[in-house]
Amino acid sequence: MKYTKRLDGRKFDEMRPMSAQVGVVKNAVGSARFQIGKTVAIAAVYGPKDLFPKFLQKPHGAVLRCNYNMMAFSGSGERVRPGANRRSKEISMVIQKSFEPVLDLSEFPKAVVDVYIELIQTDAGTRCAGICAASLALADAGFDMKDLVCAISCGLVGDQVVVDLDKTEEDFEGGAVDIPIAVLPRTGEITLLQLDGEISKADLAKAIDHGKEACKKIYELQQAALRQKYAQEARA
Amino acid sequence: MMISREYVESIVAKNTRLDGRKFDEYRSIEIEYGVSSKSAEGSARVRIGDTEVVAGVKMELGTPFSDKPGEGSIMVNVELLPLSSPLFESGPPSIEAIELSRVTDRGIRESKALDFKKLCVREGEKVWLVFIDIYPINAAGNLFDACNLAALAALRDATFPKLDGDKIDYSQKTKNKLPLTKLPIACTVWKVENQFLVDPLLEEEQASNARISIVFTEEGKICAMQKGGDSPLMSEEIAQAVELAEAKTHELRRHFK
Repeated sequence: MKYTKRLDGRKFDEMRPMSAQVGVVKNAVGSARFQIGKTVAIAAVYGPKDLFPKFLQKPHGAVLRCNYNMMAFSGSGERVRPGANRRSKEISMVIQKSFEPVLDLSEFPKAVVDVYIELIQTDAGTRCAGICAASLALADAGFDMKDLVCAISCGLVGDQVVVDLDKTEEDFEGGAVDIPIAVLPRTGEITLLQLDGEISKADLAKAIDHGKEACKKIYELQQAALRQKYAQEARA
Repeated sequence: MMISREYVESIVAKNTRLDGRKFDEYRSIEIEYGVSSKSAEGSARVRIGDTEVVAGVKMELGTPFSDKPGEGSIMVNVELLPLSSPLFESGPPSIEAIELSRVTDRGIRESKALDFKKLCVREGEKVWLVFIDIYPINAAGNLFDACNLAALAALRDATFPKLDGDKIDYSQKTKNKLPLTKLPIACTVWKVENQFLVDPLLEEEQASNARISIVFTEEGKICAMQKGGDSPLMSEEIAQAVELAEAKTHELRRHFK
């Protein structure tokens, strides 16, 4: 089905307005808030601390644990029942994997670093917003990282390649393909890729290209947010 | 770094507090509405000093209780997110979370702040169930009062979703506000050493032996109470706490004007 114009008036390769803020949870070692369109994620990092039970410990570095959760009122339909479910567990796992290549926790053997991601409001793209927030929170916490991680959803709505699908586009009656990707902006390496829907090889390549372009803008925003936090600290 | 109980007690004995406040002085309070307006039927953020809490209202249709066929109901749930404090852990709700949920619930339920009869769609068959979910974002003391304020603010912000026969169209919100007839406001009084104080920092909470939460309606009626902590209180002390709490709830109420 033809998709000729985006409902919110964006260009096909245009993202929704974004904002990022570092240091939003005072109790945490590092924290950040990331908003894209109406999707709002906050992330907080705690640790390194001793990991129990002991058999989970790794001798050569800390274990990273990510926990993605939607607040009960943050869904677009009925209340989301509290607690982990299959979806949130899978998302937690892929988010964790997206950080493995950049994060160096070898300084902290037998320890654990916890990243908690909470969604306050959702309009699609929640795992990507979660990754963008978590990346800032980990950097804010001061862990060694080769790069920040930027994530965006790209894909197909009807016959049109787009970036940053919102919920109405994901639910487009003419069909939609959602491809969340996470990118290491310095090298262009991809650390998360999922896809559901049906897409040609050519469109897939085009979607990922658009997604990588979009990630450059996220990278700029993330860097600015981190600088702002440290500028504030320097003044204080 | 933790400040020891003895230190907090010694400061209180000198007639002051860790952050220099008076014993009956709250930190600055901010209420922000509609923090999840795309998703929730009503939502709010409350800040008391460094403590931050968000609350959201979600509505569903359900069958009424058989003894109250013409009334809807509320469910209050507080989840102590490990995101908000190094002291909270993942897993099933802790007893602290359950107590917070139930005390917040009681204040709203027993004051009849929400007119449950107006939540009836068809008697004996369909009623509205109002879920109030509350989450600390940064837990830095006084979650009892913060959760109460956040729940009330979210209810105040809430509107009914559109009803299409017996199905809810969550994508369309009506302009109909929830039947919130009054604001039952909680104030928790904490005893540190032999001193009563309000709005404790986390360190003051940990140095406290006894606390009492008291929920007041605008007319000065008490609609819920909960004593906590290991130490007992004399009835004169309870009367003293009630006086203090009433005065403070008048002050807190101004944030809703």
